[in-house]
Amino acid sequence: MRMSRDRRIAVLMITPSIILLAIFVYGFIGQTIATSLSDWGTDPNKPALMPGVLINFVGLKNYQDLFTGLLNARFRGDLVNTVFFTALFLAVCLGLGLLLAIMLDQNTRGEGIFRTVFLFPMALSFVVTATVWRWLFQPNGGFNVLPTMLGLDKLNFGWFTDRTTFISFTWQQMFLFVALLILMAMAYFAVTRWQGRRRTAAVYFLIGLGLLGGVVLTAALGLPASVRNERHGLNVAIIAIVIAAAWQMSGYTMAMYLAGLRGIPEELREAARVDGCTEWQVYRYVVLPLMQPITLSAAIILGHISLKIFDLVFVMGGGSNQQIDMPSVNMYLTTFQGNNFALGSAIAVIMLIMVALIIIPYLITQLRGETQL
Amino acid sequence: MSTNIASPADAVLSARPRRSHTISWQRVLLYVILVGLLIAFLTPIYMVLATAFKTESEVNLLDVWRLPQALNFGSFVDAFNTLKPFLINSLIMAPVATIVSAVLGSINGYVLSKWYFRGANIIFPLMLFGMFIPYQSILIPLFRSLQSLHLYGGLFGLTLTHIVYGLPITTLIFRNYYAEIPKEMIESGQIDGADFFGIYLNLLFPLSIPAFVVVIIWQFTQIWNEYLFAVTLTSHDSWPITVELAQLGQGQAINYSIQMAGAFLTALPTLLVYIFLGRYFIRGLLAGSVKG
Repeated sequence: MRMSRDRRIAVLMITPSIILLAIFVYGFIGQTIATSLSDWGTDPNKPALMPGVLINFVGLKNYQDLFTGLLNARFRGDLVNTVFFTALFLAVCLGLGLLLAIMLDQNTRGEGIFRTVFLFPMALSFVVTATVWRWLFQPNGGFNVLPTMLGLDKLNFGWFTDRTTFISFTWQQMFLFVALLILMAMAYFAVTRWQGRRRTAAVYFLIGLGLLGGVVLTAALGLPASVRNERHGLNVAIIAIVIAAAWQMSGYTMAMYLAGLRGIPEELREAARVDGCTEWQVYRYVVLPLMQPITLSAAIILGHISLKIFDLVFVMGGGSNQQIDMPSVNMYLTTFQGNNFALGSAIAVIMLIMVALIIIPYLITQLRGETQL
Repeated sequence: MSTNIASPADAVLSARPRRSHTISWQRVLLYVILVGLLIAFLTPIYMVLATAFKTESEVNLLDVWRLPQALNFGSFVDAFNTLKPFLINSLIMAPVATIVSAVLGSINGYVLSKWYFRGANIIFPLMLFGMFIPYQSILIPLFRSLQSLHLYGGLFGLTLTHIVYGLPITTLIFRNYYAEIPKEMIESGQIDGADFFGIYLNLLFPLSIPAFVVVIIWQFTQIWNEYLFAVTLTSHDSWPITVELAQLGQGQAINYSIQMAGAFLTALPTLLVYIFLGRYFIRGLLAGSVKG
């Protein structure tokens, strides 16, 4: 029968891609996880690439070292930096993107020019962005001397070289804070899901979160004294990275919101106007609520980019600036300069978990309910 | 038949029907803010060009914002000569990787949208996940595998890497595109006696040109701009342009006018693509959020 022959050919044609991705994505992730549970390269006396080097299974030791080891304060700083960078980057991109989209959706003259300009940085490499903004953020030049063109005083911002910290807290407080967040999520789900019909799902969810919260809480209380009071905070230098990254990526949120705004039928706005809404109220009660799914999509796409950001930070800071250090940079230096493959893998796995936590639910909801052909 | 890929993109590009507006202070404020932001977004470009057109001795931290005394193309020539071998590497690697991943993605998209097979709705999300992972999580095994295949350090290994990790997005874009082509068309092709390849070559491929443009532009931009794979998988001779640009900023005596000219040259190809084919670029951009 021809049909089934064609179907077999179809499966045969997609097989190479499936095999390639199975190896290059899942096979390699498996290897990275295995490496992260080993001591490959952790001992400087046993170079990782030495022929015949013995690799032993050490369990979760590398992870334990990263979170509680005296030598890995840098990694903990990276995690704190990532959290602040992601939060600020999302806030600026979503806010500015929405603002730009709304402003361009007012029958604005020259819309094409504005749109082209706001979106062009998306076409650039992060390496270009880093090179240009490093020059703009030169402490003795760039933006700092811009006011002198108007006869004003020179500014003294350190930008990405600034060494000060805004908010300061200890590593143990960070753990407790995360535990608190988990508890709040539990409470939220308990209330909303319990009212719905899917109580069993709610119970499993609560048990899962409860266990996670318990682990975090136990870890927080069991932290060795040496790292318990280690100081972390919001580094001012992060703000410079946020500005450069937002310059590059705000156009993306603008495009997404603009697509959303254009998808709202004019009749809907007209109806609201007929009902006596002012332009402001049309946005507040009709347009913005409809933008919510776009905000979520954009936040997830941008969030996963910011969690793994590498080029911008690495090229701007040269890898040695710990104020703006990120897990990706640490992973690169640990692995390719320090040849500590096991620890590098552990950092990579932690990055993967952070990204997977937001991407997997996203993929499931995006693809669910699609009509199957 | 007109098939639209990612209709949201077209929505972005088409303004609402105009209503006449009288001049009000709100409209004035709107344009003041927009023009202000326009200037802010263009400031880095001004800085790049102002610095690049100066001679090295003319570049002075206190006077960076001043226009150059004369248009001096020397830095562009120097930057071009420094970047040339790496520019050539990128010019070989990016188009090859782009074309191969686009063709494979097109076939995958065709299979996934028109030839449903058991397990397809598990395999597709699993393929897609590959475009979101932090590449750090596959980098060490990748680097080791390329080493044992004797592909580490060379341009071919990097090209292969870009092809493989480009598959999820190209497959996604083509699948969403082909999903809008009616099933009846495929069925009528089958009645006319066309087989798997006949339907693809005679019916789908001719309709796929817009999707190919979107995918090619997107992939070319991504691969041209990429840095992590480039810096970890190639040795000096095979560096793509982004690695050399990053290198220009290292060391003690940095020549800023050459560096800015280099940044401009590195950005130029993707910038030209954006300016002339912006419509297709936006489609690729919005396709990344999974739903068409």
